[in-house]
Amino acid sequence: MSESSAIPLTTADGIPLKTSLRRAVRRSRIRAFLLVSPLLLFLVVAFVMPIADMLWRSVDNPEVSTQLSRTAAALEGWDGESLPGEEVFAALAEDLRVGQEARNLGLLSSRLNYEKSGMRSTINRTARGLRTLDPPYKEALIAANTTWGERDTWQILQRETSPWTLSYYLAAVDRQLSPAGDIVKVPAHLEIHVSLFWRTLWMSLVITALTLLLGYPIAFLLASLPLRYSNLLLILVLLPFWTSLLVRTTTWIAILQSQGILNDLMVALGVIADDARWQMIHNKTGTIVAMTHILLPFMILPLYSVMKTISPSYMRAARSLGGRPFLCFRRVYFPLTLPGIAAGGILVFILSIGYYITPALVGGQSGRFITNTIAYHMQTSLNWGLAAAIASILLFVVVVCYLVFNRLIGVDKVKLG
Amino acid sequence: MATPSYATRGERIWHYVFLGLCALIFLFLVGPLLVIIPLSFNAQPYFTFSQEMLALDPAGYSLRWYEDFFTSSAWLNAIKNSFIVGIASTILATILGTVAALGLSSRHMPARSAIMALLISPMIVPLIISAAAMFFFFSKVNLAQTYLGVVLAHTVLGIPFVVITVTATLSSFDTTLIRAAHSLGANPARTFFKVVLPLVTPGVVSGALFAFITSFDEVVVVLFLAGPEQRTMPIQMWSGIREQISPTILAVATLLVLLSMLLLTTLELLRRRSERLRGVSPG
Repeated sequence: MSESSAIPLTTADGIPLKTSLRRAVRRSRIRAFLLVSPLLLFLVVAFVMPIADMLWRSVDNPEVSTQLSRTAAALEGWDGESLPGEEVFAALAEDLRVGQEARNLGLLSSRLNYEKSGMRSTINRTARGLRTLDPPYKEALIAANTTWGERDTWQILQRETSPWTLSYYLAAVDRQLSPAGDIVKVPAHLEIHVSLFWRTLWMSLVITALTLLLGYPIAFLLASLPLRYSNLLLILVLLPFWTSLLVRTTTWIAILQSQGILNDLMVALGVIADDARWQMIHNKTGTIVAMTHILLPFMILPLYSVMKTISPSYMRAARSLGGRPFLCFRRVYFPLTLPGIAAGGILVFILSIGYYITPALVGGQSGRFITNTIAYHMQTSLNWGLAAAIASILLFVVVVCYLVFNRLIGVDKVKLG
Repeated sequence: MATPSYATRGERIWHYVFLGLCALIFLFLVGPLLVIIPLSFNAQPYFTFSQEMLALDPAGYSLRWYEDFFTSSAWLNAIKNSFIVGIASTILATILGTVAALGLSSRHMPARSAIMALLISPMIVPLIISAAAMFFFFSKVNLAQTYLGVVLAHTVLGIPFVVITVTATLSSFDTTLIRAAHSLGANPARTFFKVVLPLVTPGVVSGALFAFITSFDEVVVVLFLAGPEQRTMPIQMWSGIREQISPTILAVATLLVLLSMLLLTTLELLRRRSERLRGVSPG
């Protein structure tokens, strides 16, 4: 020891071994990182940035502050008690005139309409009628449209001059800001999101439980058969896994619809009358049956890979110690399969709450998921801020599940097929 | 799986009940896929078996839906688009993913698990969220409604599969083989092509197959990102199911089931080849 500290070990070219080793490690770290960096860069640009952009969009609030910039500036000192003064109305008239000439008031009027219904037509009508309006603008605007004489309108305008907003998140959980700034529930007939979130979670739990119930015996059978048989049976599990999602959904439509195979069979067998066919599709049943079928392989495969490693001698030992079969299973075998249950369960649950295609095709009204609402706001209502907010909440739930999965099982252990 | 000799009568009965249950579950898994194959030969425009079909009358069967499929320009165009997007995104994902997997399997890779978690995340994030996010972002940079946009999006979705399969292959790769090749006088290039590549190829190919099937079967992202020119086969099926449900869909579905059988066989052969090359005997 003392010798080596006196004369440090060196490589052939005289560099101390320690330094040389450190250099080699650093070089190989850099090389490894350089190999990963193209993909990392690609994913950051094509995936992480879009997600970050979506998260930003869910709080972004540019409409009032940019398109009504003069009004926003004039409203800065307003106390919120009585109606604002003439200079604010004049600024609004000027803003609307500029906006009308540029024909870009659409986004602004939709945005304000989310906060106070009727604002879309108020803005559009006022902007169209501006040409005939003369100062003083306060009286003229209030005469043209009584909405401008309400204190609420100005309170909302003042609030929305902020460059960011939480109102999309509030809307995503069926809440809104009152003009005074308190968080209140939306009217009962507009309450849809919270119940959809709960329904999505609840139905995903049902689907997870069903896949576990059906997947456990299959995984057990596969694990206890000799390999040459289990490999054959595994193909029966992998075939649906590899088959197009749309194909599997289509087959369930063909089987479950009221003129479908199952109903025809039941009528032919005399179980049900021809005019009392079961309604099994375009409702919750359809979604649950089709999604259980689609997600079943995701439960079986992790369970199987865990059960494969459990030695059969444990069960034999338990039996030889006098345990009855059920007791042996419950106390010895079942606890050993818990990692597989956790892996499969979380995987199925994550996939299930984010499913869109199957609920949209076979879910009807009662079997819709929250994902269908995201698509609705993206494509039909064009309320992209709300779509982004709902998607962000869903993303949060999924990421939490993913982190739990990662902590419990580790993403490295994910195997395919 | 036979019952052990010490099993009681009750256990034997339970054993057969269990096997029966498993058979029913297997029927649930595979039955729906098999049921649509005969239905696609239906002569009637219905989604159910007609009287003639049940009586095995040849008049009840026809190839009209297949004819419909192969003569429809919309379907053929959709197939073409699916292959363009699928092949382009598979090539991109395979190259990027394989190179990254080489780095990830190095012992000295910094922040390995965090990077791995990021690379896998496109598989975990719900498709509708990825689709919405990419739609917002790609519209800003004028990539929405272009082939390039769809290809890039599908590359993102295919990458986790390539990374997982190739790192799995590399983790069981015996690095002493490289040293052995060197010691026998092979130069690095020869070592790579003669030793490393043959052992890694099965993993890369199965990763590429996963990436391809992911793209080939993907609806949600295309639904948001693609314009009418980039309609792929899943989109054509999607609108077929939603709007005018015709048995042509069943013909397409049958063809896709056959395709997945083909892919599954290919993968199984690759797996066996890889085991044979490694000297691991299949049990």
